[in-house]
Amino acid sequence: MTDKVRTANRPDLLVVETSEGEQGLQPRSQTSKAELGREVGSVLRVSGLTVDPNDVDFDRQDDETMIINMGPAHPSTHGVLRLMLELDGEFVLRTKPVIGYLHTGMEKTGEQLTYTQGATNVTRMDYVSPIANELNYSMAVEKLLGIEVPERAIWIRMMMAELNRIASHLVWMATNGMDLGATSMMIYGFRERELVLAFFEKTAGLRFNLNYVRPGGVAADLPDGWQDDVAVICETIDARTYEYDQLLTGQPIFRERMVGVAPITAEEAIALSVTGPVLRSTGVAWDLRRAMPYLAYDQVEFDVIVGTYGDNFDRYAIRLNEIRESVKIVRQCLDMMPKGDYRIQDPKVTPPPRARIGESMEALIHHFKLFTEGMHVPAGEVYSAIESPRGELGCYLVSDGSSKPYRLHVRGPSFVNLQAIPLLMRGGSLSDAITVISSVDPIMGEVDR
Amino acid sequence: MISLPARSPEGVITSEGMACDLLCFPTVEQYPKLVRAFKNAGFQMAIDVCGVDYLEQMDRALPEGVVATRFEVVVNLLNMVKKERVRIRVQAGTEAPEVASLFEFYPGVEAMEREAFDMFGILFTAHPDMTRILMPEDWEGHPLRKDYGVGRVPVQFKEAPGPR
Repeated sequence: MTDKVRTANRPDLLVVETSEGEQGLQPRSQTSKAELGREVGSVLRVSGLTVDPNDVDFDRQDDETMIINMGPAHPSTHGVLRLMLELDGEFVLRTKPVIGYLHTGMEKTGEQLTYTQGATNVTRMDYVSPIANELNYSMAVEKLLGIEVPERAIWIRMMMAELNRIASHLVWMATNGMDLGATSMMIYGFRERELVLAFFEKTAGLRFNLNYVRPGGVAADLPDGWQDDVAVICETIDARTYEYDQLLTGQPIFRERMVGVAPITAEEAIALSVTGPVLRSTGVAWDLRRAMPYLAYDQVEFDVIVGTYGDNFDRYAIRLNEIRESVKIVRQCLDMMPKGDYRIQDPKVTPPPRARIGESMEALIHHFKLFTEGMHVPAGEVYSAIESPRGELGCYLVSDGSSKPYRLHVRGPSFVNLQAIPLLMRGGSLSDAITVISSVDPIMGEVDR
Repeated sequence: MISLPARSPEGVITSEGMACDLLCFPTVEQYPKLVRAFKNAGFQMAIDVCGVDYLEQMDRALPEGVVATRFEVVVNLLNMVKKERVRIRVQAGTEAPEVASLFEFYPGVEAMEREAFDMFGILFTAHPDMTRILMPEDWEGHPLRKDYGVGRVPVQFKEAPGPR
């Protein structure tokens, strides 16, 4: 029993208890020179790309530096991200993210659920932007099925996805403000997000994890009077973004911690497969909504926001302006929303309405088959991708012709973007590490899945 | 559908893929050379790497000449200038699946290859840090394999008192 007590008298036990084994960051004495050269500042070992081999301080000894753990329960890591940091005084030399604390095997679970049930599973991955997950999954299934959803469903999906982007970026603004000590931003961000969530609740019945976008269309039509609700949301949030501008953009303390901190270049970002606002902050105008349009993004007007320096401030500015662009898209959806069906009228995909079941034997059979067996998807494999608030959200789906996916793989943008963190933190101070995590905006549910 | 880039290895089988511009089926030997050719042809980003276990699907439909193995590594490459996507499916092996790591060309595959290793036990030669990424270090087995049961660990709290 006494062996398990953690005391400073037994430092060896402390190490054993907190070690992650091979996964963790190893001390310098256990790291070869070649590896150190690749690794310094970045577990990514960007081979010859960023790290100048002469820049590596090989002579440094273990007793000059210190490896500490940050997380997994640290409040600034936005979940259960654990970072192992090698520090020289206050400055970060090497970083390694240790992840998996929220791993629940959702890809395995996805193989046990039918295509109809699948949306309830994927929506829980990136819990801040559930619509993007559902949309991505549904589009992959629809590609395999070879069906086209009705026009109205496309526009509803687009509007909901953009509203979700607004909500997601608002949460980011709020938590980023919180990390920097701007607690009023925290309150404001969550206050405005509430408007969007209330509309989600009115439409789908739930505030998040909606299961609203489904293969074949959306779960329900927009509620009566939705135009007024959406107009109010657009007006309020658009006006409030200018308040945030006043509150943060010119604020000296905020600027001090954001401008010029943790820059990344376009080459590094592309090499590390980083997408989303982090890539756009380097000046690369890569947005799947524009580059490879899906839904009806080629019929609406919006700007792709890019930065210049790839620093924290650019990433902040991009997200703030993307809220405005999303409001612009939502307003166009409001004007251009077509009439018609909100889900495909294919009895093999869409369950019949409740009233039909009492009248039609065929409807009853379809209903029964759909909910006991699920829909049968032709064998094949597909990779489809959309632009989620965090970057390219991809879904690789393999079907064997049965009613369950044979393999469901989700390419989470947070998971991949996390690789940029060691590079961004390199050489910065520990207090900047907080802003780096925040500005990359990883959602741990999506990182670990 | 686009054609293979210049200096691709001889004899790579291609076909038309769903929602991508080209689907390639290189062998394990052709794989790194093919990826290098694609990289030189302007495919700047390796957007996704994942494994698939085809244990129950050994007779799946593949183009003529491709020898099906149990494990497949699926790589999605992206050309951001021409806006093209290419999917590469490598037959990685049945007993001891192993393919070359793409880290040399695309450092961003580091985490994705580790995930494929962790979930399927596919080894990536010359990967700088072939360790588990999502599962704990001492975990046995590779959970996304088809012969790995669902819910094998019934209770997470080992020292919890049993049912009364």
